Amino acid sequence: MSLRNPYKAGEWINRTKEINFTFEDEAFIAFEGDTITSALWAAGQKVLGRSFKYHRPRGVLSLANHDVNILMTDGTDTNIRADVVEVKEGMKLFAVNTIGGVKKDKNSYVDSISPLLPVGFYYKAFHTPRRLFPFWERMIRKAAGLGIVNFDYPRILKRKLHAHCDLLIIGAGPTGLSAAYVAAKAGLEVTIVDENRHIGGSLSYDRGGHQVSSECLEDLLNKISDQPSITVRGGAYAAGYYPDHLVPIVEASGITKVRAKAVIVASGAFEQPPVFRYNDLPGVMLGSATQRLIYRYGVKACNKGIVFTANDYGYRVALDLLGAGSEVLAVVDLRSGGNGGLHAVELAKRGVKIYAGYCVYEALATSDKSRVRGAIICAYDEKNNVALTDNQFTIECDGISMSAGWAPAGALLYQAGAGMRFSHDVQQFVPSRLPDGIFAAGKVNGIFELDQRMRDGERAANDVLNYLGKSSTKTNLEKHGGDSLNHDCPSHFYPMIPHPKGKNFVDFDEDIQIKDFENAAKEGFDNIELMKRFTTVGMGPSQGKHSNMNAIRILAKIRGLPVEKIGTTTSRPFFHPTPMGHLGGRGYHPHRLTSLHDWHAANGAVFTDIGAWKRAAYYLQSGQTKEEAIQAEAKAVRTAAGIIDGSSLGKIEVHGPDAAQFLEHFFTGKYANQKHGTWRYTLLLDEAGVVVDDGVASRLADDLFYLSIGTTNAVAVYREMQRCQQMWQLNIGLVNVTGAFGAINLAGPTAQEILAKLTDCDLSPKSFPLGHVRETLVDNIPTKIIRASFVSDMAYELHSPMDQVPQVWEALLNAGKQYGIRAFGSDTQRLLRLEMGHAMPGIDTDGLTNPYEMGADWAIKMDKPYFIGQRSLAIISKRPTNKQLVAFTLAADFKGEMPLECNLVIDGNAINGRVTSIGFSQTVGQVIGLAYVKPYQKDIGAKFKIRTDNGSLVEATVVETPFFQSRKEV
Amino acid sequence: MKLLTCPVNGTRPLSEFIFGGEYRLVPDQNTCSDAEWAAYVHNRQGAPSDKKEWWYHSPSGTWFIAERNTLTDRVTRTYLLADEHKPTEKSK
Repeated sequence: MSLRNPYKAGEWINRTKEINFTFEDEAFIAFEGDTITSALWAAGQKVLGRSFKYHRPRGVLSLANHDVNILMTDGTDTNIRADVVEVKEGMKLFAVNTIGGVKKDKNSYVDSISPLLPVGFYYKAFHTPRRLFPFWERMIRKAAGLGIVNFDYPRILKRKLHAHCDLLIIGAGPTGLSAAYVAAKAGLEVTIVDENRHIGGSLSYDRGGHQVSSECLEDLLNKISDQPSITVRGGAYAAGYYPDHLVPIVEASGITKVRAKAVIVASGAFEQPPVFRYNDLPGVMLGSATQRLIYRYGVKACNKGIVFTANDYGYRVALDLLGAGSEVLAVVDLRSGGNGGLHAVELAKRGVKIYAGYCVYEALATSDKSRVRGAIICAYDEKNNVALTDNQFTIECDGISMSAGWAPAGALLYQAGAGMRFSHDVQQFVPSRLPDGIFAAGKVNGIFELDQRMRDGERAANDVLNYLGKSSTKTNLEKHGGDSLNHDCPSHFYPMIPHPKGKNFVDFDEDIQIKDFENAAKEGFDNIELMKRFTTVGMGPSQGKHSNMNAIRILAKIRGLPVEKIGTTTSRPFFHPTPMGHLGGRGYHPHRLTSLHDWHAANGAVFTDIGAWKRAAYYLQSGQTKEEAIQAEAKAVRTAAGIIDGSSLGKIEVHGPDAAQFLEHFFTGKYANQKHGTWRYTLLLDEAGVVVDDGVASRLADDLFYLSIGTTNAVAVYREMQRCQQMWQLNIGLVNVTGAFGAINLAGPTAQEILAKLTDCDLSPKSFPLGHVRETLVDNIPTKIIRASFVSDMAYELHSPMDQVPQVWEALLNAGKQYGIRAFGSDTQRLLRLEMGHAMPGIDTDGLTNPYEMGADWAIKMDKPYFIGQRSLAIISKRPTNKQLVAFTLAADFKGEMPLECNLVIDGNAINGRVTSIGFSQTVGQVIGLAYVKPYQKDIGAKFKIRTDNGSLVEATVVETPFFQSRKEV
Repeated sequence: MKLLTCPVNGTRPLSEFIFGGEYRLVPDQNTCSDAEWAAYVHNRQGAPSDKKEWWYHSPSGTWFIAERNTLTDRVTRTYLLADEHKPTEKSK
C-alpha cells in the first residue's frame, strides 16, 4: 500500500524519474531524490532494520542521519545510512544486523531473553572460569559490530582541498542564511555549509500546516543567490573544529579544509524522543521525521496517527499530518497545562481531540511485532513523574509522532572550547562563553521562534563584522541569550514515562532503557562519564545525538541534582562517521639520495636509513652473508684501499670576521689560532655538559670555516647554530652546503698512491700530513681534500660538488683497480672506526654522557671565556666520574654466546655499565668493543664481565686503542 | 591546525614550525653559584602562564620568540630576538 502523496512544491524528489532497486531481494521503485528509507516507507515497508543488541524491528526515527538501526550494506560499504543516503538505480541493499533478513531475523529471540542481559552483563558474566573465555569471546565478537567487513574493500582515496573565507557558517537554515546575507552585504567572503542535500534547514519541513516557512525560504534563497560572495555547499558537513578556525568540510567527493577568519555555528538542534514503553516500534517516530517524510519526499508517516507531545511543536506536527491527508486521532500532551496556542485552536476546529496532562503509556505492537498498532493512553502526574494508569484507554493507530524537546547540535562549539550553561528557561544547554571568532546563533543558541532565529542570525553576522573590524550595517541588534524569546519552553524537563516492564528506550543505537541507568547508578557508575562507559549510552554510531540529553536528565533525577550539576560528555571529531578514504593521505616518506645512489643500487648495496638519507650499509655479492660482505670490505680497506660515499655528512660553511669566535663559543675547542689549510676536531655539548655531536672544522680562510658534521645530527646541529647566531649576534653567516657537496672517503694503505694518479697536489706526508686540508683538483674537479683518520691512518676525505661526485668515484675505482680497491658501506665503516678506537656520539654516548666519561678530556679547552656546557663542566669536573668508556677485547679463542650492544657490564649483583659497540675484527683477530665500566675497572689489563642475552657471563679485558698497529707515518 | 606568525615569513601552519623550548635568561656563568647554574640547566617552570618561547620556522631556518599563554594557547606576539625591545606595529 503506497503512502506516497501527490506533488507538493518544495519537495526533494523528481517524480519524472523512477529508480529501481532491491532491498533484501525484493524489488522497489523510488523517485530520483528519495532516500533509501523514504522509498521503502512510501512502499509500505515498515521494518527497515534490526536493533544492535535485542534485534528489535526498527523503522524511521529521525530521518536526519541518526537512524543508525537502519544501517544497510551493498556488499562493499557496511555503513550506508538509509535515512539520508539517496537511493541509486540498481542498488542491491541488505540490512546489516540480521540473520536471514529484517522480517525474520533469527536473532530476534534475543529480545525475549533481554531480562537476562542487564547493563554491564558482559563485564561481569564472562571473566570466570577463565578457560571458557576464548569460547565466550568468539560469541561476543560475532554478536558485536554491525555488518560483515569486506576484506576486498577497494582502496578509495578522496581528494583533499584547502579553502579560505572570511566567515564560515555551519548550518544553512533560516539562522545561517540570514547571517550569510548580512555578512555578504557588508563585503565578507562567506562559505555556508549544510549536511543536507538542499539548504533551508527546518524551513524545508517545519511548516505547521502553513506556507509561512516555505515563503520565507524562497525569499532567503533569492537574497542569497544575489550575493556572489556567498559560497553555498549542500551535502557537506563540518566534521570538527581545529585551532585557529580550521574546519574540515566533508562531502561525498572528498574533504575540504576550510580556514576561516570567523565561524558562526548555526547548526540547530536534534529532536529528542520522549521515552515510553515500545517507543521504538516501526511507526513511532520523531515529529520532525514525520515532517521530513511529508515535505521532502511526499510520503505519509501513517494513515491514522496520534501525536505525543511535550511542547508546542507537536501541535505543528499534527497540523502537518492533517495537511498530508493523515487522520489525527489525538494529540496527547504530557504537560498538565499544555495547550499549543493558536495551533491547538485550529486542531480543535478540525476535530482533533487534545489530551493535556496525558501520556502515551505504552505503544502496542501488531501480532508479528513488526509495527505499531495502537497506543495505551492515560493521565500523567507531571510533577511526580507517575503515569496514572487507572483510567487508561487504547487508541488504535498505525503511527505515533513524538515531540518532547531538543538538544543543541553543539559539537563544534564544545570542540572550540565554548563554555555551556544549562538554561532552565529553554531546558537546554546554551553557549555561555564563546572563544574569539566563534559565534553561535539560532536553535543551538536556545532560540526557537522563526523570526527570532533570523534576527539572531543577523545579530551574529553583526558580531562577526565587529570582530573583524568592519563597520556593520545595523548596530541596533541587541546581544541576547534568547532564553526568554520563546513563547513556550521548547523542551520538556523530563519526558520519560516509567513503566514496570521497561522497554522504554533512551538510546536506540545500543538498546538502552531507563532501568539500565538506574542499575548503573546502583553499581556506583553515577558520574556522567562513568555512566556513559558502563551503559554505553552515546557510544553507538549516532554518538548520543538523540540520547545524551535524556541520559543526563535521568542521571540528574537519580542523583537528585539539577541538570547543570551533571555536565556533559566530551565531544570529539568527527561529527559524523567519516570514511577512511577521506582522511587517508598518500604514504609519503621524504628521503634524500646522494648522487651515487644509482651506482650503489646497481652494485648490490643494501640500504639503511640514516637521518633522512638512504646510505649503502654494505654491498652484497651473490652467495655472501651480511657478515661476510662486511668482513671482505673491511679487509680491502686494511690491506689495499676502499671508498665510501659520505655525501650525507652535514656540511656547513661559517663565513665572516667572527667565524672563529663563533666556533669557540659553539664547540669545546680553540679555533682562533687555527692555521689555514688545517682542520681541528669539533665537540659539541649541550648546556648540561652532555656530549651531542662531534666533527671536523677545516679552516679555508681567515673568515671561512668548513664544518663536517655526522649525518644523523646534521639537521639538529645546524638548527642549533642558527639559534646561537640569533642569541650571540656575531658577525657571521651560516651556509648549509650539505646538499651542494658530496664526499668520498678514500682509505687504506694504498690510498696515497691511488689518489696521486688523479691530482697534482703533493700528497707526501711531509707536505700533506694528518690534520691538513687542501683545495685542489681531483680528476679536474675542484675538491677539498681533508686528511682525517676516522677509519684508517691513511685516509682522504674528498669533498666535491655533489653532481660531480660520481665522476670522482669512478676515477678512484679505475685508479685503484690494480690495488684491489673496493667500495664499502656504512656498516663496514662502523667496524673500521671501532678498530681505530673512535667513539661515536649517539652510539657510544647517551643523553647523560659527559666528555670526561667518553675520554674526550683532551678536546675540552676550559681556558677560554665561554663555550656551550663550559659552566656545567666546571661543576662536573670537580666530582669523580662514576663511569668510563673503555676499549676491550674478548679472549682470542672466545666461543660462546656473542655479547651484543647494550648488554650489561656486571660485577656481582651490580650493574656497572653497558657495551656500546662490539664486533669481530679480522684485522685484530678478536672480538673488540667499547663499553662503560666503573672507574676501578678502567685501567689497561683490567677484566670485567658482560652478561649476554642468554645470561652467561663473558670476560672482557681492557686494552689500548687503536686496537691494531697500522703503518706509522714516515 | 594552529597558525603561527613567523616575524620574517608571516602567518604559516604550525606543521612548518619546531618548538625550541622556553626562552630563559642565562645567569652570568662567571658569578653565579653552582646551585644557581644547576637550577638554570635542569629545572623548568611548567605551570601555565604567559611564556616566551623559542620557535623555529623550519623551511626558512628562522628562529624567533613567541609570547604565548600556555593555558589558553594564545600567542600575543612574535619577534626576532634582536627586535625584542622594538615597538610592535600596533604600538607605533
